[in-house]
Amino acid sequence: MLLEVKNLHVEIEDKKILNGLNLTVEKGQVAAIMGPNGSGKSTLAHVLSGKPDYTVTEGEVLFNGENILGMAPDERAAKGLFLAFQYPIEIPGVATMTFLRTAVNAQRKARGEVELTTPEFMKAVRDAAAHLQINQDMLRRGVNVGFSGGEKKRNEILQMAMLQPKLAVLDETDSGLDIDALKIVSDGVNRLRSPERSFVVITHYQRLLNYIVPDVVHVLSKGRVVRSGGKELALELEAKGYAQYKEEAA
Amino acid sequence: MNAEVRSLKTPAEQALTEIFTAAKARLPGQGAVAALRADAFAQFDKQGLPHRRVEEWKYTDLRALWREAKPLASPPDAKAKDKAKAVGQELKGIDCRRLTFVDGAFVPELSDLTAESGVTIRSMADALAGNDALVAKHVGKVNPAKDPALALNTALMGDGVVIRVATGVTPNKPILLVFAGTQAASVFTRSLIVVEKGASLFLIEAHQSAETQTNSALELIVADEATFDHLKITHAQSLHLSSLLAEVGAKAKFNTFAFTTGSPLVRNQSFIRFSGDNTEAAIGGVSLLKGREHVDNTLVVNHASHGCMSRERFRSVLDGEARAVFQGKIIVEPGAQKTDAKMLSNALLLSDDAEADNKPELEIFADDVQCGHGATAGALDEDLLFYLRARGIPEKEAEALLIQAFIGEVIDTVAQESLREPLMVATVKWLQARG
Repeated sequence: MLLEVKNLHVEIEDKKILNGLNLTVEKGQVAAIMGPNGSGKSTLAHVLSGKPDYTVTEGEVLFNGENILGMAPDERAAKGLFLAFQYPIEIPGVATMTFLRTAVNAQRKARGEVELTTPEFMKAVRDAAAHLQINQDMLRRGVNVGFSGGEKKRNEILQMAMLQPKLAVLDETDSGLDIDALKIVSDGVNRLRSPERSFVVITHYQRLLNYIVPDVVHVLSKGRVVRSGGKELALELEAKGYAQYKEEAA
Repeated sequence: MNAEVRSLKTPAEQALTEIFTAAKARLPGQGAVAALRADAFAQFDKQGLPHRRVEEWKYTDLRALWREAKPLASPPDAKAKDKAKAVGQELKGIDCRRLTFVDGAFVPELSDLTAESGVTIRSMADALAGNDALVAKHVGKVNPAKDPALALNTALMGDGVVIRVATGVTPNKPILLVFAGTQAASVFTRSLIVVEKGASLFLIEAHQSAETQTNSALELIVADEATFDHLKITHAQSLHLSSLLAEVGAKAKFNTFAFTTGSPLVRNQSFIRFSGDNTEAAIGGVSLLKGREHVDNTLVVNHASHGCMSRERFRSVLDGEARAVFQGKIIVEPGAQKTDAKMLSNALLLSDDAEADNKPELEIFADDVQCGHGATAGALDEDLLFYLRARGIPEKEAEALLIQAFIGEVIDTVAQESLREPLMVATVKWLQARG
């Protein structure tokens, strides 16, 4: 088991968001997490990656058998956890290339691996960027500065491709994407699917799951997983909506 | 109570009076120069050291901060001169004509005095003593300011440089002025630079001192259609007061940038007047401070003519209990229509005890102008830090990357591109030393 979330209770500013959430993700599995607005999907993503501001009041998160809740975000990242942000942030003055290189080498250093040489790194970036239709100019610019919504999401996938995580959490990666951008992003994700890599795909809509086909679908409501099933569950949600889950949890 | 009544002199004020009384007979220059000194000292003596109730010095209370005025420096010995060789190392990638001043005195043997057509270089002490015509014409008269630090400088001015770049001339190399302070003493340097019509000068000042209290002033005339690029690097471990007085003509390009690190008490004050039409100016600075360091950048930019554009951009990074002061006054005189003047000051606070004081002032007497100002002071953005850390970049490294980016944005506006890399390298070095 790659990820085990056990009875997780989380608050932010004294407001309870996750209420005893249980979730397991197997190695190589693609798990979709769906749910109505406010059900705790993004909170789960943030808590997994170690964002400050959240208070875990109960429960544990095991990643490869190790409780990661006490670890800093960068330690978790070096252990192979990746979050593709719903709203990628602009970092003026830090070139995308510098950012990628610093991140890749910081992780390698933390794992006791040798840092990539400049030619090795450049080749890896060029290959990954080409697949995602990210041009050299974007790589030279400040991270996400002046990028369109679609470019920002593609840049998230580029980072994932460079960092080669064991578990990637995609937080509403489909939000704000038109159909062409959605295809590019999904192709980027599918290219990284492997028996060694797991994904948690958080989405409000079924549409993304036509492109990134999940092995399992979990429905989140009021901070808990209330139903789990195969990919057909997503279609059912698309047809019936979330109304029943809102009531069920209430 | 009348705030103007000062019954007691501080020990520093008393010492300064003693220093002036003892030294005035042997300071360079007689006649008009001696009279200029006497007037300046009388002006200083009347005002005393500026304190927090003097608006222009509100955040840098010199009366409280300057406890002890040290005696005037003696001529430097060989060991002192040796120390000057290491100053300005961060600029070694730029091929400059180097002129060296140690403990306030010009050191010809450490200076490149190669003759160059249209470029005149002379020691200020020699010029003052020898009734130099250029000095007689301009010293004490370039955009004069009633300021106590400047008055002290005028009273006690010793050596410095006099540079004249003749009409249409561009010197072969940038000129680097190295000011090294080695003695536990005070130094009053005064320089005069005249960049004539259509000429251009790229000037770098590198100030480095340990225990030397420095009061330096530069009078600068940038004539019509001339270009002046200026960088002042300050690493002063003792009191450092610096005044720039500039008169800028028409269609000129005027760029000045102050980079300050490792300094307990620095005041860079610039009085700049645009007396001709359609000049463009960029005035900027970066201060990287920690511990109890205090750096004050104060500007009075006077748009006295039509259609000039000025941009002021200052950024500071403050750790520990450091304090950065930015005071920017823009004056638009009657008739200076189509003025376009903007100033921006941003401080990054790395500690709860750091302080940034921003005071923009606009005095506008024309009606068709664009003037703006902005100031921010804040901590590193938590969301940016989290984004970097979520990619595996450890906290300190993430902070350094963001600080570098913050400073880099201003360094990227430095007109002389050759200066950007050395300034970034110096920034990274400061960040590494921070740990």
